[in-house]
Amino acid sequence: MSPSGAEFIRQIRNQVAEVDPGDVNQRLQNGSGDGSPAIVDVRESEEVARGLIPGAKHVPRGYLESRIEGTVPDRSQHVVLYCASGTRSALAAKTLEELGYENVESMTGGYTLWKDRGYKVEVPKVMTPEQRERYSRHMLVPEIGAEGQQKMLDAKVLLLGAGGLGSPTALYLAAAGIGTIGIVDDDVVDLSNLQRQVIHTTDRIGEPKVDSAEEAMKAINPDVNVVKYQTRMDASNIMEIIEGYDVIVDGVDNFPTRYLLNDATVRLRIPVVSASILGFDGQLSVFAPYDGPCYRCLYPVPPPAELAPSCGANGVLGVLPGTMGLLQATEVIKLVVGAGEPLIGRLLLYEALGATFTELKVRRDPECAVCSRSPDEIADDEMGVFPDYEAFCAAAG
Amino acid sequence: MATVRIPPVLRPSVGGVKEVDADGENVGDVLRSLADQHPATQPQMFAEGGELNRYVNVYLNDEDVRVLDGLETPVGTGDVLVILPAMAGG
Repeated sequence: MSPSGAEFIRQIRNQVAEVDPGDVNQRLQNGSGDGSPAIVDVRESEEVARGLIPGAKHVPRGYLESRIEGTVPDRSQHVVLYCASGTRSALAAKTLEELGYENVESMTGGYTLWKDRGYKVEVPKVMTPEQRERYSRHMLVPEIGAEGQQKMLDAKVLLLGAGGLGSPTALYLAAAGIGTIGIVDDDVVDLSNLQRQVIHTTDRIGEPKVDSAEEAMKAINPDVNVVKYQTRMDASNIMEIIEGYDVIVDGVDNFPTRYLLNDATVRLRIPVVSASILGFDGQLSVFAPYDGPCYRCLYPVPPPAELAPSCGANGVLGVLPGTMGLLQATEVIKLVVGAGEPLIGRLLLYEALGATFTELKVRRDPECAVCSRSPDEIADDEMGVFPDYEAFCAAAG
Repeated sequence: MATVRIPPVLRPSVGGVKEVDADGENVGDVLRSLADQHPATQPQMFAEGGELNRYVNVYLNDEDVRVLDGLETPVGTGDVLVILPAMAGG
């Protein structure tokens, strides 16, 4: 005769290892070293929304088989499962054992007992049903999930330029749900921009680019807080503008601003996702101050003006800033979410005519004029300055 | 014989091609050989004292020659030198 539901559960609980909340709490207190277990919450989303154990990963029991490998890829990793009372987690533990997980425990008494004993809990920020629907395809990706999406919603990203590179970056970061997106651009939309600056439209020619960009971003995702800076960034305003941003996206069209940005971001330790384009060629790297090289480690001085033509003078394939801008947007999301291997210490070259990607190593320069020193040693009047700066800027017009 | 990848800004100086083959035992020799074949590249790569201009990055395969032995870095057959200028277009 088939067992009753209660009998079945009792049998399963006898077969799986159980652990007391006190032991789990003790192990978490001991720090998150290699030996600390992965805590997995198998309750439903509505239950988790009311509170969970800090650091726990949420994998609803109904999705356990399909999602656990994304959350705990190593089957030898110690896993502690919990639910509300210890029943569903016991059933889940049985499932994980059948999937080959070697060291699985179910927490007795579940979240209810944990909370009753006064152990630490946290209440996650709750997404609205509309947000859960909008970002559902992100939440299904194990590397992002609800946690990563929440990081994006909390993130502040600054885009320098709403031009060729800034257009696709702004559109996709808005769509992805980056909570606050700042845009710095003092220009207005021109007919000659529209071959590549896809955030702007023909009927917005003559409008400030920051306004046009805001309209497009809000149309995709009204959630995004767009902060507009209709100004040209220079030494007098850069610190004020960039302070407080988590990541900066450099798509500016001139060297003086690139050097200025580098020096200011090294001082404030803000990572920069940097790209540049010309003709059919693009370059991309991530400069994370003190974790990797800075822009000056790669390019100690800019080339003379005759070897540094602008897109305005030499032209650019309209699609190219799309390709490079979206690689930038991807790096931004990786930095915000903490996924993957960001392009730090590496320079990616894309050559569209040959359809080739080349990766070069970029090393920290121990004698770098800026990042070899500590941030507080970089003086205001040094920022953005390089040898022959005045002559360079005069030649560049 | 090494292959030198020519950046867009230098292509007009080498007849518009993306790659040039050049002989040399080390990085300096290969680049001087390139400059002999295409004299217009000389002042763009080298400063008056014969050293590389500071604004020119040169990579042997994927490594910056500044962290190797600079112009003295040995070059083998089949190696690729990448000449890389900074770009500021956005």
